[in-house]
This record gives sequence, structure tokens and C-alpha cells, in this order.
Amino acid sequence: MSVTDQTRRKDSGGWMSRFLSNLPLRITIIIIAFIWTLPTVGLLISSLRPQIDIQSSGWWTVFEHPFEIAQWTLANYQRVLTTDAMGDAFLNSLLVTIPSVVIPITIAAFAAYAFAWMEFPGKSLLFVVVVGLMVVPLQMSLIPLLRLYTQLDLNGTFLGIWLAHTGFGLPLAVFLLYGYISSLPEEIIESARVDGASPLTTFTRLVLPLSVPAIASFAIFQFLWVWNDLLVALVFLGTKKEVTVVTSRLAALVGERGEAWHVLTAGAFITMLIPLIVFFALQRYFVRGLTAGSVKG
Amino acid sequence: MEEAVQHEEQPSKAASIFTTGPLRIIVSLIVPVIAFLVLRWSFIYMRDTDANKLLIGLVALIIGVGAVWALYLITDNLVSLLPQGIGDTVRPFVFVGPALAVIGLYLVYPLVRTIYLSFFDARSVNFVGVDNYIFALTSPDMLIAFRNNLLWLVFVTGFVVSLGLIIAVMVDRIGRWESVAKSIIFLPMAISAVGASVIWKFIYSYQPSPRPQIGLLNSIVTALGGEPQGWLILKPWNNFFLIIIMIWILTGFAMVVISAAVKGVPAELLEAARIDGANEVRIFFGVIIPYIRGTLITIATTVLIMVLKIFDIVYVMTSGQNDTEVIANRMFREMFVFRNFGRGSALAILLLIAVIPAMIYNVRNIREARR
Repeated sequence: MSVTDQTRRKDSGGWMSRFLSNLPLRITIIIIAFIWTLPTVGLLISSLRPQIDIQSSGWWTVFEHPFEIAQWTLANYQRVLTTDAMGDAFLNSLLVTIPSVVIPITIAAFAAYAFAWMEFPGKSLLFVVVVGLMVVPLQMSLIPLLRLYTQLDLNGTFLGIWLAHTGFGLPLAVFLLYGYISSLPEEIIESARVDGASPLTTFTRLVLPLSVPAIASFAIFQFLWVWNDLLVALVFLGTKKEVTVVTSRLAALVGERGEAWHVLTAGAFITMLIPLIVFFALQRYFVRGLTAGSVKG
Repeated sequence: MEEAVQHEEQPSKAASIFTTGPLRIIVSLIVPVIAFLVLRWSFIYMRDTDANKLLIGLVALIIGVGAVWALYLITDNLVSLLPQGIGDTVRPFVFVGPALAVIGLYLVYPLVRTIYLSFFDARSVNFVGVDNYIFALTSPDMLIAFRNNLLWLVFVTGFVVSLGLIIAVMVDRIGRWESVAKSIIFLPMAISAVGASVIWKFIYSYQPSPRPQIGLLNSIVTALGGEPQGWLILKPWNNFFLIIIMIWILTGFAMVVISAAVKGVPAELLEAARIDGANEVRIFFGVIIPYIRGTLITIATTVLIMVLKIFDIVYVMTSGQNDTEVIANRMFREMFVFRNFGRGSALAILLLIAVIPAMIYNVRNIREARR
């Protein structure tokens, strides 16, 4: 078959034939997407049903008469936010997450700039150490840090967990920001130096603004990582109501109220709320950030 | 007040008083002291306070952003007081020092310490040699944990990479709706493993026979005429029901990364293969897979490392009961339930040993890239 043959066939077929030849493919994708969404949709629908309905029938039965108002309720959310302390936990999660993102970014940006554009003894070796530590499982650090925190009275404090997330996030942050900052054109950095700008000025006025895309990607990754983290929160914050975060609160609810699905579904959806907003609002950065950060230890 | 106004009228003069002469030295000595005191006070305040949460949050943000910045500005200012030559030598360490200090305290010191502790008993008092490692590698509990970790590694990695690849190649051809389909499949990656576990625990929910099944899986099984099951206590299959959750979470991630690579396959290459009469299946195996091999290996490695440390799902779904234990969950239980720091440390070291190849690979890559 010659090339011209093929082209002619494509033309004569038009969009209809292309649509039909793609049809099995489209149907397969729709089925996959449907299966992938089903679990989350089931959770969302259940969280909006009265307790008694959840226990007596499957969530899919709402579709038998979807417009019957009586089968929908927000009572589960009200209950889980107050009685089950999910509201406090939500606030705690914000308090834990925001500094745990800002502090490592600041520290990492300074370090990345030094690794990229300054000379100092031991530079290569130190950078190799940072890169090597990137994939170290953080389980490695838990026992010594837990004991250190006990001595310093830092267990169960926000300060303790900010510093922990800073420590665990830094190698990746330095690595990612280094990758970006070191690829900035040398002439820009050089001309700033010639103009008499100090390294600090060059960094704050020039390098930092130029690095916003890389910073945004890491910020989103770290935000979701900290927000969704369970292990670090369990170890350094614990499950006391005043400090506990949404993930450890939800895990505790699973233990305390095993089959109380009206509480668990609403609680789970509250933990997912912010990540879902971030996901839909910042999807492009989100994918880039998660992809870049997936190697974290 | 009047002074302040005067200062505003002559900003240059006011500034010059502080930046030249003996005053400058005094200022640069006092400012760090004040900064230190403020930091110390806020440290103690945030540690001990029961005050209003929003207030702590505000202090936190100010300290988090402000103090960290102040630290750099002050030290940089101090360094610029030094003679030129010394200042230039010291300055890089002002930039890189805090990062190295934090990494040292939170990763390097614990690493050394954990290795040390793994040779001591539960309370870290008596030296026990390699006893903890013998326990970790031979006790029946741990053998089950190792078996399960192996199941997780093989099945999650295998399914995530192959499903991700197949879906990536398929969505590449459906045109307009590609990005919507990708978003939907990628979405589980955004939510926490705890949230995902609750979602799936609901799907696996089981009620004794006469009662209606509210879990999706059991209702499908009963609709097809089967008996409802307590899936999470059904040894050894319960492991696979947990593994499915991780596959659900990670497939979208693999698909997005692989999809980018698939788009990088040159159109001429595909066209040439088609002209040679290759069908789509042969193009998939003969052209696309070899072309994106590097990406596939990277994704497989990344998923392996993620799965190796699997903790949240097991912790929430079963707490390791009914033979679903994994290494990271056992390590957590050694720490908090059994209070055996020796064994906990040994388990952490085993996880570390498992990622050493990836460490070496990363370091090699970076060495080559910098050369």
C-alpha cells in the first residue's frame, strides 16, 4: 500500500469512519474511568444519606428516585465536624501544613542557590549526600527523633512537626530547586554580579522570582504530602484532640467506630476536600509537582 | 514620635547613621541578640501554650516565614562586616548552612543512631549483637511480613506499570476527551491513603447473610448468587484486597508520566511501521515499548520505593491482623505498641538496605550530570 493510497482513504472516510474506528477504544476508556470514579462517588453519596438509610441499603439505591429530597442530609457532616472533632482536626491540619511548606522552601531555595552559583569547599560531596538522602525511608529517623523530642519536650507540638516535615522534605526540595536554579542563564547571574549586586540581592531580587514555577511545583507536592501524611503525624503529634490532624483523626475514627459509615464517609470526604480543590484548581502544577516529588523517602 | 517624624524627613541620614561607623557594629551585635531572644521566646511560647489556635497559627506563620528570612538576612549582614576575603569564603555557608544543619539533625544523625540502636535491646541498654536482625529475618511473624511486602512489590508494581502503559497508549488516541479521562484516573493520587482506605473499606463492607449488603463488592457477589464474605479476614486473599487500593491510587500517576513519554515517540517512526504493514499490537510491542523503556524503568523504580514503605493502608484497614502485616507497619508497632526500640531500629535498617541501589543510582546520575 502506498502513502498516497492511505491519505486518500483517510480523506474519503471523513470524521464518521474515524469516530467508528475509535469507538471500541472510547468505550473501553469510559468503562475504565467509570470504574476508577465509582469508589469515590459511592463515598460522596453515602456521606449525604441518613444513617438509617446507609445501614439498610446500598448507596446505589438512591438512583431509584434521585429527586426525593428526604433521602439527602448534611447531618453526618455536622456530626463529624463537631462531636467527632473533625472540625478541630481540619484547623490543626492547616496549622501543621502551611509552615511545613513555607519553611522548607525558604531554606531549600537558599541552599539550592549556593549549590548552583557559589563556590565552597566540599560542595560536590555535600550535594551528593543530599541527593543520596532523598530516597532514605523516613522510618529511619523516627526512633532517634522521638527520643530527642521527648528530651526537648517537643512531642505533640506543632513546632516539632513543622521541623520534622522540614527535615524530611529538604533533600527533595534542594534537589528540585537546584535543578531549576542551576539551569538559569549564567549571563543573568553574572551581569547582576558585575552591576555590584550582592549574592543576597541577586538571590532575592533575581533568582527567587525567576524560580516561581519550580517553587510552585514543590509547594504543591509538599502541601499534599504533609496534608495526606499519617505516619509523621502519628509519631510526632499523636492523637490528642487538641493537636491531631485530619488523617490521624480519621484513622482513629475507623478504629473507634468501625462500621459507623455515616461518620466515616463524611469524615473521609472532609479529609479529601482540600486536596481535591488543589487538584482541580492547579492541575498542571499538580501533575508536575507530584511527578517530580514521587521519589521522596 | 517627633523623632520618628524627623527620621522620615531625612531617611538617608538616618539610614547612614545605622550603616556606617561604630553604631553599625553595635546594631549588628544587638540585632542578632534580639532575634535570638524572639526566636527563643516564640519557641517556648509555641511549645507550651494552650492559647487560641488562630493566634498560634499567626505566630507560626510570622515565625515560619519571618524568622527564617530574618536568620538569613542577619547572618548575611554580619558576614558583610567581615573583611572582603574572609566574607566571600564564609558567605556560601550562610546560604547552605541552615539546610545542612537541618538535614544533619533530621536525617544524618538519626541514620547513624538507628544503626547503633539496632544492636541493642528493647530499652537500648544492653548490647545484643545481631539478635534483632535474627528476629527480623527468621521469626514467623516477620516471615509473613516479608512475604506480604513481596506480594505488594510484585503486584502493585506489575499492575501499575502495565495498566498505566495500556491506558496511556489508549487515551493518546481518543482525541478531545483525553485530558478529562486522564484527570479522572489520576484523581485518587490527590487523596490521602487514609481517605482511600476508608473508601475501599466501605466497598469491602460485610454484613451477616440475611441483612442487606451495603458494600459494593458483597452486593455484586450476592447479586450473582454467591455468599457474602468478610474480605479483609479472608487469608491470604485479604492482602490482595489491600493491594488493589494501592493500584487504584498509583495507576493514574504511572499513566500520566508514561503518556508524556508516549507522545514523545516520533510520528514518522509510527508511520513507517504502519507502512511496513505492522498492526497496532506489533507497533505497541515493537516500537512504543522499546522507545519509552527508560521511562518505564524509572516509573517501576519509583513505584517500588513507594510500595516498599507501605504503611497507611495496612494500618487503617487491618492493623496487620489476619496475616496482612508489612515491614513498615510492624516497625511502627515495635515502636509504639511493644516499645521495642532495638527491633524497630533493625526493621528500619532493613528498609534502608532495600533502597540502597536506588540511592547509588541517583548519586551516579547526578555525578554524571554535573560532570
